[in-house]
Amino acid sequence: MNGAFAFRLAMRESRHGLRRVGIYMASISLGVGALVSIHSFRDDVARSVQDQAEILMGANARLSGSQAVSDSVEAVLDSVSAAGHGVSRVTTALSMVLAPVSGDVRLLQVQAFEGGYPFYGSVRTVPAGVWGEHLREGRVLADPAVLTQLAVAVGDTLVVGRARLVLAGVVENLPTDLGYQAAIGPRVYISQATLVSAGLLGFGSLARYEVFLRIPDQDARRLVRDRYEEVFQAEDLRYTLAEEQAQRLSNGIRFLGRFLALVGLGALLLGGVGVASAIHVYIREKRPSVAVLRCLGARQWTGFVAYLLQAGGLGFLGAAGGVVLGVGVQQLLPLVLSDLLPVEVTTRFSPGSALAGLGIGVWVALIFALIPLLEIRDVPPLQALRQDFEGSRRGWDPVRLGAYAALAASVLALCLIEAPDPEVGLAFAGSLAVTVSLLAGVGWALVRLTKRMVPTRASYPVRQGVSNLFRPHNQTVAVTLSLGFGAFIVGTVLEVQGNLEDDLTLSFGEGQPNVLLFDIQPDQLDGVVGLLPVDLREAAEASPLIPARIGAINGRTPEELRSDTTGAPRPERWALRRDYRNTVRAGLGGGETLVAGRWWDGTPGRDDPRDIDTGGLPGVSLEVEVAADLRVGLGDTITWDVSGIGVPSVVTSLREVDWQRMEPNFFAVLEPGSLADAPRTMIMLARLSDPGERAAFQRSLVESFPNVSALDVSRVQQAIDTVLGSVRRAVGFLGTFSALAGILVLMGALATSRAQRTREGALLKTLGARRHQVLAVLLTEYVALGTLATATGLVLAVLGAALLVPNAFGVPFRPHPRSLLVIWSAVMGLTVIVGLFGSRSLLARPPLAVLRDVPE
Amino acid sequence: MIVARGLEKTYMSGGKPLSVLKSVDLEVEPESFVAVVGPSGSGKTTLLGLLAGLDDPSAGRVQLDGTDIFALNEDDRAGFRAERVGFVFQTFHLLPTLTALENVLVPLELRGSAKGARESASGLLAEVGLGDRLDHYPAQLSGGEQQRVALARAFANEPRILFADEPTGNLDQETGGTIVAMLERLNQRGRTTLVMVTHDLSLAERAHRVVRLADGRIVEDRPGAGPHRVVQRTTSE
Repeated sequence: MNGAFAFRLAMRESRHGLRRVGIYMASISLGVGALVSIHSFRDDVARSVQDQAEILMGANARLSGSQAVSDSVEAVLDSVSAAGHGVSRVTTALSMVLAPVSGDVRLLQVQAFEGGYPFYGSVRTVPAGVWGEHLREGRVLADPAVLTQLAVAVGDTLVVGRARLVLAGVVENLPTDLGYQAAIGPRVYISQATLVSAGLLGFGSLARYEVFLRIPDQDARRLVRDRYEEVFQAEDLRYTLAEEQAQRLSNGIRFLGRFLALVGLGALLLGGVGVASAIHVYIREKRPSVAVLRCLGARQWTGFVAYLLQAGGLGFLGAAGGVVLGVGVQQLLPLVLSDLLPVEVTTRFSPGSALAGLGIGVWVALIFALIPLLEIRDVPPLQALRQDFEGSRRGWDPVRLGAYAALAASVLALCLIEAPDPEVGLAFAGSLAVTVSLLAGVGWALVRLTKRMVPTRASYPVRQGVSNLFRPHNQTVAVTLSLGFGAFIVGTVLEVQGNLEDDLTLSFGEGQPNVLLFDIQPDQLDGVVGLLPVDLREAAEASPLIPARIGAINGRTPEELRSDTTGAPRPERWALRRDYRNTVRAGLGGGETLVAGRWWDGTPGRDDPRDIDTGGLPGVSLEVEVAADLRVGLGDTITWDVSGIGVPSVVTSLREVDWQRMEPNFFAVLEPGSLADAPRTMIMLARLSDPGERAAFQRSLVESFPNVSALDVSRVQQAIDTVLGSVRRAVGFLGTFSALAGILVLMGALATSRAQRTREGALLKTLGARRHQVLAVLLTEYVALGTLATATGLVLAVLGAALLVPNAFGVPFRPHPRSLLVIWSAVMGLTVIVGLFGSRSLLARPPLAVLRDVPE
Repeated sequence: MIVARGLEKTYMSGGKPLSVLKSVDLEVEPESFVAVVGPSGSGKTTLLGLLAGLDDPSAGRVQLDGTDIFALNEDDRAGFRAERVGFVFQTFHLLPTLTALENVLVPLELRGSAKGARESASGLLAEVGLGDRLDHYPAQLSGGEQQRVALARAFANEPRILFADEPTGNLDQETGGTIVAMLERLNQRGRTTLVMVTHDLSLAERAHRVVRLADGRIVEDRPGAGPHRVVQRTTSE
């Protein structure tokens, strides 16, 4: 092979080839653009988070737990303070907040502060500079959302628990906030003293206790851990450094970024398909030239190398264009994703991401171009003499098989590199392989089926249009692949989204309880029920909530179990040390399934109906997963520590629990009659469908029982919608790349047979066909292709979603025919538009010009 | 010297074998000019393709200058063509993306003879009257001009043998005449063996020898009206 000649030929030819391979380069640019933007953005976020680690925490270190700080920890804090470091406490609880001026009432997060938190970053308030007012007696600050939810203004009074406070200002921005936090639960800010006087921290109240430390010296803050770790662990307090929190946060963002990168990879691989079809068209045009070169003495590989060099060079240009595009999009991503970002992200050119994008782009361009390029080796020199001479194809071709293997290995490697973890990567690659194989199979079957089922009685244009699906050099398989793949991706996303939204409606919608009341003291229950409209009192479900911890399992304390060295599996720490909120109940809940043992009434478990003899101890039913993590089974004894008193119980049954159901769900349910004297609070679910009635109930509740909290579930749904909306917007934004790549692939596939189509059209016109008849032939072909290919993709999408929705999201699947119909119409419309646009020269050019091969 | 013995070619057409060339024997002496004529479908182009080693015969062999070309693999055959064979086609077959000069350079570069290649190629183009059109692309040239570039390309590597397939088939009579005159001149100057397939009988008469094909066999082999330097007897069964 003459390498120098191949190089010179590649250079000379590329002066002319650019217009023809525009689709090729654009396909690569789009994919690389998507990847580079996501990679760079991921770097931007990670760097911004690290740079602002202290501002994000508001301190250098934090102690956090669900119990008030004990005396031993107070002693540690005293010594930290004595060493000149800053100490600030923040307690977060939930409470009903009433605005007397409007009469509105809402369940809000109440954050109580003491000390100079945040130590880093500045808090933006309206009016400016009022941060600190909340530490004063009788004052409160609030998030902006509180003003709209309660219809109040600065200067108005808010009732928080038993305290009446004046709203001194609005906290526009707390630098420690994650972007979506305020959307989930708007807050009011008060002092620790107000928290106490408001009486919000009654028995069993849910609260979070945090102590923030300002210890600028890294060694000093690590020393605190080294010295006091045991004290903290004994009190179940977690000590976190600002840099650790930032690291965890950037890991989380990286994970999200990697999921987005899979969307980008989808665009790049679609681009790869575009590359393959563009090169296929290009090579078909080049066959006569290659035949002449072979006549003139060029060896088999000379032409191949020349065009491979060209593909590499153009791939490089396409990838470079992609890098520029990616850097542009990188600037836009912070705007699109602002709601999900923990910090203000500054963008910076990331040479690593750009180089990686360039490398991946060139590689994808080459690997996808390789298979069509290999055809060049088989161009017979005789084709220079006889243009219709095709030559014989090789039978066993190890090079071609090697190229397919390299393609498959490259796709797999890219999936593994870009995916959040190898399992997701393998699943992504596997589903790609299955989809592509099925689509190609359907395309192949279509060619054969339409051949047998041409509508013989239809008009000529319809018959000709349908026949085009199986004529020589047809692109039915390629178009089915590209259209079907696009429809499959879009269809799957919409089906999954539709089913998840249905599930949200089921959980929060019509007929479901929509008010959750908690922190009800037992003696308040009748009074609270009495506030409900008469007809709803019967339906209200109340359950006792008994706080407890695990004191022992089969007589061994958690400490003994955790330090077990016998090699037997130790219980998981979280399950052993958590605060349980148990209940006592006679019947199984609606979302519960008994899988082992027997219920109190003798109902047998599905898999194991053993009846356990408790020896007179109360029975307990455990949720299966927590039982597995505690390493306990039927017949084991669990001793509950209820306010310091040990209450033994025997595991008599195991339950599966549907945690997504809007009802009180519990890890442990005790037999009725047990724990009768244990201190408890009650929770209650009610359904008040009329918003006015709901508001009135909440108002009277806060007036009569200020310690009782009521969660209006529709607010939760709104908050979830806000976050889901941001994720949807991000995926949609990146999905645009895939959609554009899909259009390019479609254009490439249709361009493959454009020359033949143009010549046929010219012949038809010469033979007397009118424009509308030629148009009808084309329209029939595109409609037939679009309909069948899209339908195939959508059927696969429904199958994919039917597998994905129950398995990955645990939600029952139900197809959404309306959205499928919309996609079907949209993709088919697009096919017709792109097809007709590509054939406009056929309609516009005089037939003689086409037949004489006059250049356009 | 071209020697073809028992040359046969059969294609499969609609599942049935179709014999296009039937046991052809042919010898062409060095530096001679042979015209191959015959009606459409008589096997002229197939014979030309087999003589040049562009396709494999169903039976028989071909020796070019003593080399059995079908004993070579495809790449070695291509190398052989690069060294010793030139082509002129009916539809010119210039590479559309290269200029006239670059088209003429192709055989030289394929052979790896870069030194003096540009001068040689420019000289040849000047010889065919296109010295001022070196940087023009094929689409910017008329049919006659394109064929003249093709002639220059065919002679660029100073081939021992030149195959021409209907070189005037796409040209008017006057332009065709000019082309053939150039072909003869270059042929005589380069002492090249020339095998030309043509429909044009008047053109064929300018050859030293006229071979007529019909139904895949040589049915006539007679001297042409051109200067009778060499005439070789041929047989056909």
